[in-house]
This record gives sequence, C-alpha cells and structure tokens, in this order.
Amino acid sequence: MRLSTLLNSPIGKKLITGITGLGLTFFVLMHMVGNLSMFSGDDAYNEYAHFLASLGPLLYAVEAGLVLFFLAHAVNGFKIWIGKRKARPQAYAVYKSAGGPSMQSSSSRSMIITGIILLVFLVFHLISFKFGPGGPGNADASYLTTVNGVEMRDLARLVREKFALSWYTFGYTAIMLLLVAHLRHGVWSALQSLGAMRPSLSALIHTIGGLLGLGIGLGFIVMPLAIYFGLI
Amino acid sequence: MAHSMNITLKVWRQAGPDAQGGFETYSVPDANEHMSFLELLDVLNEQLIKEGKEPVEFDHDCREGICGSCGVVIDGVAHGPQQRTACCQLHMRHYKDGDTIVIEPWRAEGFPIIKDLVVDRQAFDRIIAAGGYVSVNTGAAQDANSIPIPKDDADLAMDYATCIGCGACVAACPNASASLFTAAKIAQLSLLPQGAPERTMRVTNMVDQMAKEGFGDCSNHAECEAVCPKGISISAIATMRREYMKAMRG
Ligand code: HEM
Ligand code: SF4
Ligand code: FES
Repeated sequence: MRLSTLLNSPIGKKLITGITGLGLTFFVLMHMVGNLSMFSGDDAYNEYAHFLASLGPLLYAVEAGLVLFFLAHAVNGFKIWIGKRKARPQAYAVYKSAGGPSMQSSSSRSMIITGIILLVFLVFHLISFKFGPGGPGNADASYLTTVNGVEMRDLARLVREKFALSWYTFGYTAIMLLLVAHLRHGVWSALQSLGAMRPSLSALIHTIGGLLGLGIGLGFIVMPLAIYFGLI
Repeated sequence: MAHSMNITLKVWRQAGPDAQGGFETYSVPDANEHMSFLELLDVLNEQLIKEGKEPVEFDHDCREGICGSCGVVIDGVAHGPQQRTACCQLHMRHYKDGDTIVIEPWRAEGFPIIKDLVVDRQAFDRIIAAGGYVSVNTGAAQDANSIPIPKDDADLAMDYATCIGCGACVAACPNASASLFTAAKIAQLSLLPQGAPERTMRVTNMVDQMAKEGFGDCSNHAECEAVCPKGISISAIATMRREYMKAMRG
C-alpha cells in the first residue's frame, strides 16, 4: 500500500491520530511526574531539569520526535474535523445522543477546540519556560544557580515567579482542565482507533482513560497551586 | 380501549434534491397508542390527501424491522427513542397526548435527499459492491458442515451479519461516518473461512469507497451503536481497523 494512500485513508488518519495521541499522552504523563519534583525542593527540580538538558543529542532527538508527533496529531485532527464538516453540510434542527452504549460527550464533541487551545498554549508555554530567561538563546546570569557544586539554570526561580501571578496560575489551571477533557475521550478513543478493543471492556477502558486524564491534569495543577498559595 | 391522542408533528418537507426544504407543522388529532410510528405518518398522509395536499414521502417496506428501508430522525435521534428498534417498530404508546414530535431525514453528504424524508442510500450499495461479498463458484450446494467454523466465530459473524443497511449509524454519527455499516460487513466476513481469499482487497476497497462517497471519518463517539436497530457493536470498527493494518502489511 502506498504511503500517501495510507495517510489519506479514513483508517490511516485514525491510526496516526491514535499513535501520536498515545505518544503525547505518555509525554505529558512523564512531564507531569517530572514537575512533581518541585515538591522535593527547588534544587531537586533544577537538578532534574539540568539532567534533561545535559542529555544533549538524545534530548534533541526526543524533542524533534515530539514536534513531529504534535504536528502529525494536529494536522490529522484538523483533517478529520474538516471531513466531518463536509460530510454533513446541513445540520439537524434537533439532535441528541441516544445514550446507552454511546460514548458521545462534551469531551468527544470538543476535541478540535480543546486541541487547538492546547496547541496555542504549547507555544506560549515553551516561550515562557523553555525559551524564557536562562533558557536557550536567552542567557541571564540571575537565573543561574549552583547545586552540589554544579552550575545550572535556576528554572525553579522562573516557575516560582510565574506561579506567583494569579492570571498565570489560574489560566494554567484552566488549560489543564481542558487537557483532562481532551484525554477523557482521547485515551479511550486512541485504543479503539488502534483496534485494541473488546466490547465487554469498552466502558471500563473509557473510565480508566478518563481517570488517567484526570490524574495527569490534577498532577499538573497541584504544583502551581501549591506555589501560589505558599505551601511549597 | 385505545385512547385517542392529539399529536403535533413538525415534519421536514423538501420538494426535491435541490429544492429549499423547511419544517411544516401538522396536527394529527386521532392518533392512538396502538399505532406504529409509520402508521401515524400514514394517518397524517390520509389527512393531507383529503385536504388536497401533497403527502409526506417516507421510505418503508417490511414494517417489521428487517428490511432497513425505513429510517427518520425523531426528536434528534435516528429511529427515535426506543433503542434497538427501527422506526417502523416504534409504537405510539411511548408518546402521550399533546406531544410534539420533530421528524427530519437522515442528513449526510453521502445520503442526498430525494424528497421530504426519503434519502438516496445507493452509496451503501456501492460500498458493498466494492468488496462486501464472497466470490463462489456455483455448482451443487455444499454440505453444510464441510467447512467447520467454531461456534463462537459463527455467532459473532451472525451478529455482524444482522445489519439491515438502514443508515441510522451515518445519520446519528456527529461526523456522518459510515464506519459501522462498512465495518459490520468486513468484520462478519473476517470471521469466516469463506471470506479469507478476498480479505485484503475487501477491506482496502470498501474503506476507499466509504471515503469516496463523502462520509466522514470515525471519531469513536460510538453514537452509531446506540442507534443501530440491530445493536451492532463498534467492536466491528476495531476489527475493520485491524483488518486494514493486516492488509497494509501483506
Ligand atoms: C498535550 C497534547 C495532546 C494530547 C496528550 C492529545 C491526546 C489525544 C488522544 C489520545 C486522542 C485520541 C486519538 C484517537 O481518537 O485516535 C486525541 C484526539 C484528538 N486530538 Fe489530541 N492530544 C493533544 C493535543 C492536541 C492538539 C494540539 C490538537 C490540535 C488541533 C489535538 C486535536 C485532536 C483531535 C481533533 C482529536 C480527535 C480526533 C478524532 O476526531 O478522531 N490534540 N488527542
Ligand atoms: S450498522 Fe446498524 S445502523 Fe448502520 S446500517 Fe447496519 S443496521 Fe443500520
Ligand atoms: S420498514 Fe423494514 S425495517 Fe422498517
């Protein structure tokens, strides 16, 4: 089968959205766990960030992969959304879900919206942190610290500065709730897209997917809130 | 004793494929609980004919839930509120005196409206023609047990084979995807030895045809399963995807 045929087939599109979606889910899970190191103190957090930065070529490879995954995921998400708009040019005057085995929800219907917001947030987030003061191309001596004799970027300081701001902290919290919404449908959907499904397990997997999404979202939210309310 | 009910119907009327459609409101004063939903439309049409008006076009044939001809969206749900029930088998006992019911045709690019509530579902025929069959050399009928098939496989294949091609799955899908219909046939034949020789070309050609007909992609809303009068599981769609991946490799 030719690659272009696969990429444009209804199933190829779903395989790509599913594989990249699960890849991104794994990434956000790892990112979230990494963030929690802030609870062990600023030094632990900085050391973790420094460890990642010191991976060099390996880190670049992972970053390149992530960019590719994000783009492929977003492009296919758009393609599916555009296709859906074309497939029903005239909307129903009255439409509702039949319930029962239906997995339709506010989450499943708003994947494109939550997805676009996540994409915009991602760019903003990278500018704030990765390329923020002390980051690549933005050297700043006041964002340097020394942990156990090693000089490294004081990312914890930047994190503390950002999450001292109300709009930043609560805006971030709101976006993470949208991530939860995206994953509530996403995790289950990706597994179904990849053909790994047993009818008897659908409801269970949908629930587990939702809980995983919720866990990831809450994991992201606790650290900023703890900083904002002066708990850490 | 059948209690008479006064039912108000808001029905989509459209003179032809390219005509501008719109809702018309009708009152059916002598509906009763024993009527099927299509009988309600029959009564409405008799009223309209007496008044010298055009009757409402709707598709139907068997009226016993097996042919797949009927199908309209009733108050926003394909085939109406009763699950696993084609609208010909929906009865007015589920409604009460004074109810207003909104009736629309299936809405999808792949199902153009012919008139009123009737849509053209030939796209389904073309999807089946693309590979939803097994080629057999005709001759004397084979002995039934000459090809052994495990009971579980035979049962599951039978579940998928119950699709009546009504199109409710497309109508209810937020993406107007024909995945459940297409997958039901692919999944059925994937379980049976008779389906094996054409397996690869079947899944690729049927999936291609489904896309060509202008149906959307599946977003796993599972709304199709909820409205399917035969309760066909979206596991068929998962099987279709697995079959497609196998076809890609081989
Ligand atoms: C943190 C980042 C993200 C994660 C973890 C994530 C995760 C997922 C997962 C697991 C799925 C299910 C895939 C499937 O149904 O096969 C999904 C679907 C989807 N994602 Fe994302 N996603 C992310 C970002 C985005 C972005 C940036 C967009 C941009 C537009 C997007 C748009 C979509 C859309 C539209 C779908 C639904 C596809 C469909 O209708 O089948 N997502 N996402
Ligand atoms: S899968 Fe169900 S809803 Fe779809 S055409 Fe077949 S019987 Fe109708
Ligand atoms: S008229 Fe045959 S299924 Fe409804």
